[in-house]
Parts: sequence; C-alpha cells; structure tokens
Amino acid sequence: MAQNQSEIRYLTPPTVEIKKKKYCRFRKNRIKYVDYKDPEFLKKFLNEQGKILPRRLTGTSLKFQRKVSTAVKRARHLALLPYVTDMLK
Amino acid sequence: MLNQYETVFIVTPVLSEAQMKEAVEKFKTLIEENGGEIVHLDHWGLRKLAYPIQKKSTGFYNLIEFKAPGDFIEKLETEYRRDERIIRFLTFKMEKYAVEYSIKRRKQLQEKQAEKKED
Repeated sequence: MAQNQSEIRYLTPPTVEIKKKKYCRFRKNRIKYVDYKDPEFLKKFLNEQGKILPRRLTGTSLKFQRKVSTAVKRARHLALLPYVTDMLK
Repeated sequence: MLNQYETVFIVTPVLSEAQMKEAVEKFKTLIEENGGEIVHLDHWGLRKLAYPIQKKSTGFYNLIEFKAPGDFIEKLETEYRRDERIIRFLTFKMEKYAVEYSIKRRKQLQEKQAEKKED
C-alpha cells in the first residue's frame, strides 16, 4: 500500500496529443484542377450543413482553397450540392 | 482567337427523351452557326437535383465543351434565358488546367467503354 501512494496511477494512460502535421491534399497528390462535377469529392471540404470548411481545419493551401470554393459554388448553382441542408454526411 | 468554354445546362424532366435531344441539338447548331466549334458533348442523363428548381426535383444534365469567340457567350446565355425548357445553366471559360483535366477524363472514359465492349 505504501508503495502505491508514492506514485500516481492512472486507469487509462494519459494521452499526450501529438500534433499531426496538416498538409494540402492537392499539393501532395499533384492535382491541378478542382472538378465541380464530383460532389462526393467536394463533400470532404464541407461541414454537415453544407458550409465550406476553413483552411485551418482542412489544411488546404490558399491557392487551392480558392479553387475549392469556386468549385463548390459552381456545384451548388447546378444543384449538384445543396446550398443549405442538415446531416449532409 | 477562340476561347475554350464549358457549358452545362439542365433541361426540364417533363420532356420526352426525343424532345430533350431536340433542345440539345438546338444549342449545338447555335454554337456552330456562330463560328463556334464543338469539342465534346456529354449527356449525364436524368439526375436528382440537390434542391428543387422551379418545383422540379430532377433534370436532364447536358455538358458541351466548345471553342468560340468571346462575344458569343452573351448570345448563348440570352438564348438560354428565352428557352423555357432550360431550368438552369452555367457557362465559364476553361483555364489551361481545366482543359488538361477534361482531356484526361475523356481518355479514361473511352478506355472504360472500350473495356466494357471487350467483355
């Protein structure tokens, strides 16, 4: 008993968050053009309400974030993606 | 110099297949008559819309890739607006990467079709 009191014991080992480096998936996969005709792919950049996710969450570079945003807007205009919704995923 | 454009339009689902083809043909000839040149034509068929447009929940999607002088686009879009069969349209100039991408995509599609025929 005396031994246990001296050191702190956890039931589950405390997880120290290791920050995973974010990367731009377009840079990595050498994609040069963001296609608006593929709504399934564009859904990766939307939240559940169909809003475009910020760069700080997806890790996309600024150049491609702009392209993603125009692609999403084109897809919305052509009714490939909804403007507003709930439970998109 | 001709620019390369891509245009997508949605035709009302009330029409029959033949009537829909006729509408597509109309725009095809319109482009050709005005000094344009069709690069690629694609029918996506009847698709569900993500939200209702003019109280309709489906539509025939058609895509035309074409080369045309810049002042033609205005004409094309007024023609779209006048036509009651068209419920939505989008026209834009293709950047160089878009052209590259569409050529690559077409090749892939052709290969797939060729494979299917072989099977």
